[in-house]
Amino acid sequence: MEWLVHFYALHSKLIDQVGINAIFALSLSLTLQAGHLALANAAFGGIAAYVASLLSLSRGWPLSVTTLIGAAAAAAVGVVIGLPVTRLRGVFLAIATIGFGEIALIVENNLSITGGAEGLSQIPNETTTWKIYLVLAVLAFFFWRLRRTRAGWAIAAVREDEYAAASFGIDPARVKFWTFVGSAAIAGIAGSLYAHENFFIAPGDWGFSRMIDILVYCVIGGAASPWGAMLGAAIISLLPEVFRFLHDYRDIVNGIVLLAVVIFAPQGIAGLWSRDRRGRKAATTAAAEGQG
Amino acid sequence: MFDQQLANGIFLGAVYALFAVGYTLIFGVLDILNLAHSAIFMASSFVALALVGHGMPFWAAFLAATAFGGVLSVVLDRVAFAPLRARGVGGGALGPLISSIAFGIIVVSVVRGIFGPDEVGYPAGAVVSANLHIGHATFTAIDLSVLVISLLMMIMLSLLLKATSLGRAIRAVAENTKAASLLGIDVERTIGLTFLIAGALGAAAGILIGAQFNAVGILMGQRIELKGLAVIILGGMGSIPGAVLGGFLLGLLEVFSVAYLSSSYRDAIAFAVMFLILIVRPAGLLGKRAARTA
Repeated sequence: MEWLVHFYALHSKLIDQVGINAIFALSLSLTLQAGHLALANAAFGGIAAYVASLLSLSRGWPLSVTTLIGAAAAAAVGVVIGLPVTRLRGVFLAIATIGFGEIALIVENNLSITGGAEGLSQIPNETTTWKIYLVLAVLAFFFWRLRRTRAGWAIAAVREDEYAAASFGIDPARVKFWTFVGSAAIAGIAGSLYAHENFFIAPGDWGFSRMIDILVYCVIGGAASPWGAMLGAAIISLLPEVFRFLHDYRDIVNGIVLLAVVIFAPQGIAGLWSRDRRGRKAATTAAAEGQG
Repeated sequence: MFDQQLANGIFLGAVYALFAVGYTLIFGVLDILNLAHSAIFMASSFVALALVGHGMPFWAAFLAATAFGGVLSVVLDRVAFAPLRARGVGGGALGPLISSIAFGIIVVSVVRGIFGPDEVGYPAGAVVSANLHIGHATFTAIDLSVLVISLLMMIMLSLLLKATSLGRAIRAVAENTKAASLLGIDVERTIGLTFLIAGALGAAAGILIGAQFNAVGILMGQRIELKGLAVIILGGMGSIPGAVLGGFLLGLLEVFSVAYLSSSYRDAIAFAVMFLILIVRPAGLLGKRAARTA
């Protein structure tokens, strides 16, 4: 028990980051489960982070309230953006959402209320490890239950075959839209937790490279699996610590691992696991996910 | 003022166009969004700088580094895309997008390891540049040669696609891989050569931009990557003339918006235009592709 306390004291920041990254990964996994690639989660995290931080700074409201309002703001923006963009296919949706993310970044860089390029500082440090992991547990439970609901079946059906899903009376456009909005809200929760853990936020925290990180978590773990997404977030957040001795070449490990997973284990780590359990056929039918 | 802005916009647009042509060529042929294109752009710029640093004249370094970019692009295809193709993972899937990101991460981190994270310039006198005047516009000989070289390369590419057997093969593979293969076209070889050409074009853009601004840095790839995306969306994904038109349009739009509106939202122009085009006319100005499911 003592080594655990010691370990926590030494690595609490890293443990918090793993949890927050896992929530970001879950947010992206929701849209990936419906088979579409939307790359605005970092931007939605940023929007919520700014809203929540500004409320904490000006009103002094508690974390639970500011986080919920921040996530609601991200979801509201998600509705506005999602209406036009979720009709786009495959790579065009990805590009449109990348464009939206860049615009959000530039706006944050130029508004005075967001502190411009300097960002916001002195955000109350209200995020604690147990709060992060409580949120993560609630979300994991939600995703676990989701699979057995009508909505969960609709999401899986749209991923496997949009046209077949439509013939069963599922509206693929609606599924894509609501997963997009839900994804924005979850990313918003992660963004607010990040802001209140980090004391300081700036536009650069929510750019394309962060979005790529989130995408990498999901791909490493298994694109359509929430468990894989969380596992991927943990692995990728910890890798740089393990390979600290490589200094400037550290990122190379991320690149090589990512390339190896895409080429040798396209279903990610979760796919390797389920292939053992369900046989090869199930794994290959899911291989089409991400396809426009 | 107007003449000067026009000249600046054209010079900026030329490099955008040259970068985007290689980007869109890969998309047109393979339906792949190649996010490693910008890493090749950046790495080749560093290679040219290093060669000049070792005493090579700029023109020779330009040719050598352009060739390097082409070869690196072929390596990219063999490592990141060919294995997925062999397994039957088509374009539009998540796999190739991710593997290109992975290859980009590897290239960027190797370049950072070798050359360090700082922005560097060419040694004094390596890139000789006199001031020139046309009308009320002043620019340097480098600006002009960037424009001329970009235009030449783009013309050569369109001639190659139109009038040579390789060009016909590339267009056939772009249209339908299976049919091309039935017609006796060596698909893998054609794809390899397409990557060679696209990489060389991206490399040339990187080297020229490095010389023009006398600054070569690890972040230059990231900066142009998303701009290039805006250019090819504006012109129409997969359309070479579209990428050229889009490049010049975006260059002019940016320069004039800074001159007559405000500089703080300069970078937003590209993405606002891209976003609007995707929603209003996803096929772009010169594209034909259906971008919507319904």
